[in-house]
Amino acid sequence: MFGRGKKIEQSLTRTRRSFFGRISKLLGQDELDNEVWQELEELLIQADVGVATTIDLVQTVRDQAQSQGLEKAALVEEAVRQELLGMLGPGSTRPTYTQNGLWVILVVGVNGSGKTTSIAKLARYHQQQGRNVLLAAADTFRAAAVEQLKIWGQRLGADVVAHQPGADPAAVVYDAIQAGQARGADTLIVDTAGRLHTKYNLMQELAKIYRVIKKQIPEAPQETLLVLDATMGQNALSQARTFKEAVDVNGIFLAKLDGTAKGGIVFAIAAELGIPIRYVGTGEGLDDAAEFDVQEFVAGLFEESSHPTA
Amino acid sequence: MFEALTDKLQGTFEKLARKGRLTEDDVDEGLREVRIALLEADVNYKVVKDFVSRVRERALGAEVMRSLTPAQQVVNIVNEELIALLGKPSKMDLSGQPPHAVMLVGLQGSGKTTTAAKLALHLRKQGQRPLLVAADVRRPAAVEQLEILGKQMDLAVHGEGTSVPPPEICANALRRAKEAAYSVVIMDTQGRLHVDDQLMAELEQIKTRVSPAEILLVADAMTGQDAVTVAQEFHGRVGLTGLILTKMDGDARGGAALSMRSVTGVPIKFLGVGEKTGDLEDFHPDRLASRILGMGDVLTLIERAEEVFDHEHALKMEEKLRTATFTLEDFLDQLQQVKKMGPMSQVLDMIPGLSSLAAQIPQEITDQQLVKIEAMINSMTRAERQSPRIIGGSRKRRITRGSGTTVQELNQLLSQFRQIQKMMKQMSKGRIPDVLSMFR
Repeated sequence: MFGRGKKIEQSLTRTRRSFFGRISKLLGQDELDNEVWQELEELLIQADVGVATTIDLVQTVRDQAQSQGLEKAALVEEAVRQELLGMLGPGSTRPTYTQNGLWVILVVGVNGSGKTTSIAKLARYHQQQGRNVLLAAADTFRAAAVEQLKIWGQRLGADVVAHQPGADPAAVVYDAIQAGQARGADTLIVDTAGRLHTKYNLMQELAKIYRVIKKQIPEAPQETLLVLDATMGQNALSQARTFKEAVDVNGIFLAKLDGTAKGGIVFAIAAELGIPIRYVGTGEGLDDAAEFDVQEFVAGLFEESSHPTA
Repeated sequence: MFEALTDKLQGTFEKLARKGRLTEDDVDEGLREVRIALLEADVNYKVVKDFVSRVRERALGAEVMRSLTPAQQVVNIVNEELIALLGKPSKMDLSGQPPHAVMLVGLQGSGKTTTAAKLALHLRKQGQRPLLVAADVRRPAAVEQLEILGKQMDLAVHGEGTSVPPPEICANALRRAKEAAYSVVIMDTQGRLHVDDQLMAELEQIKTRVSPAEILLVADAMTGQDAVTVAQEFHGRVGLTGLILTKMDGDARGGAALSMRSVTGVPIKFLGVGEKTGDLEDFHPDRLASRILGMGDVLTLIERAEEVFDHEHALKMEEKLRTATFTLEDFLDQLQQVKKMGPMSQVLDMIPGLSSLAAQIPQEITDQQLVKIEAMINSMTRAERQSPRIIGGSRKRRITRGSGTTVQELNQLLSQFRQIQKMMKQMSKGRIPDVLSMFR
């Protein structure tokens, strides 16, 4: 199974222990003094939540604590939790496949964020829901990127539409849509070349791919997912902003959450850009992914986990 | 690279510079800005804490408070401490009997395979005979990727498919290098999490088998606070000898570089600055610190210019940049040369005072648009190139007709050029040179 719930909790074990576990402990016992607030700030920053977001959050909770006369740290935990929840918004909704035509998922991101592996997981996820998945190898730039996707395609039993290395990625996507419609596939997942968001030409190329998809299927791509590496720091916000401008990103796939990184930057991304986090990736296997569940994510952050280290 | 951090610190220091005398509160206010800037740059929280307290201690010292230019003294201290934190420049250690084994290690997606190829190319330029080793048997098509890169650049690649254990592959490659007289063996290991005990043990095995001269951690410049944990873990398990920071051509502030260097104590050896295989730069802490402090990176620019221009041309260009006698004609003359140096955004980024501009310019002057700019300038008369001021409505129509562009595009070029000229004038009038002299 796509491991709804269970996997995410496991993968967050480390996060929780090393960071929010400490917050819980911190807020659980102490009297509220300056030191507690400072430590809260420190912990948030160390989770890559970001300076501005952290300062705002701590200030808000601090004001609340004062106005509501909360004296014990334990009472503040709920306030912090609510703030974090509020930032993430309502969270992930499952795709509803309202259209009869091809459901197109465009997957974008910087180099090395984990796009191809995440795509394999997404394909598996859709296959498990009985969808007929087709993959488009639109990363025609990086050496052996097409081969990499083809290997996943074989493992998944999914067809891969590919051109020669160096081909126009928009042309690959065009063909893939044609092929998808001809073969009666209902889900097309498009792999794109990793690109730094600061490379204007490459972002234009991406925008072109987006236009080519739209021209053929006006309501597509129904999902444009930005794959973010959970180990990324504050730069992820800038990435999300630029990719959103170029291709109207409407979801985040937070990859590599199985390390010690905290992925705290998603709070700023969700709050500032209104992009929901849709999935988390937690390993290299096809099943190492989960739907992102806001309640669970935030709640999980506050529990001292009993899971063994994954 | 680092431009965002540069902007921040510049703002702070400009504020400080306006004051003649500093109080303790002033220093603290300035340092608060420094702290925030460093944190926003993803420098690790603890590293920032140490850094700021070191600077503070020195800034409150007698030498500063009694100085006539205390703000400049503070800037000096920040600069010095930053350079100290970044560490001394360090070359690859390839002494002793070849072949030398070089292991590249790191997390998934940090850029090991691309870096392996870049490093091989870099070493070949220095007269080495590199052999690349495809030791990533786990990621689909990783072996193919290295083989394709090798073929593209005419580099030898040792691969044994994906069923042989990596320590075996590496040992075999070393043997092959001895027989075929390769001088450096660069091992592209698979990406792994620092918490993956089994895979970390595999790295230890490889190390035992090949006794590497260098074990380099390849890390993404965009890494956040976790960079310290990653670096510490790898260092603890296999004993790193150096760091390579990749993707420095993005707008990541690169604080990870400071963090990892600071917690491991191993030197930063190279910076990866692009997807092309030539884009590997030696690391120069003073330049990097200069960049952080808003002084641009003229040295790297000139160095790169020298690679593509003849020496005389480079000197001329340096002169132009420094004295700001820069006409549209020079602009055109250099356009062809500059194009060879890499994307415009990267080049501008290195010019003092333009790094903030560079952030906006990629939208305006992209490499594709350079072609149009060339056409427009080519359609101008000599007089027009020397003094663009004379270009009125009728001239504009002629130029745009001649170059197949629109008046709008021409106007844009002219206004951008005026902006650049203004920047250069400011620089020559001493805003930036002032900053420069502060550090001498």
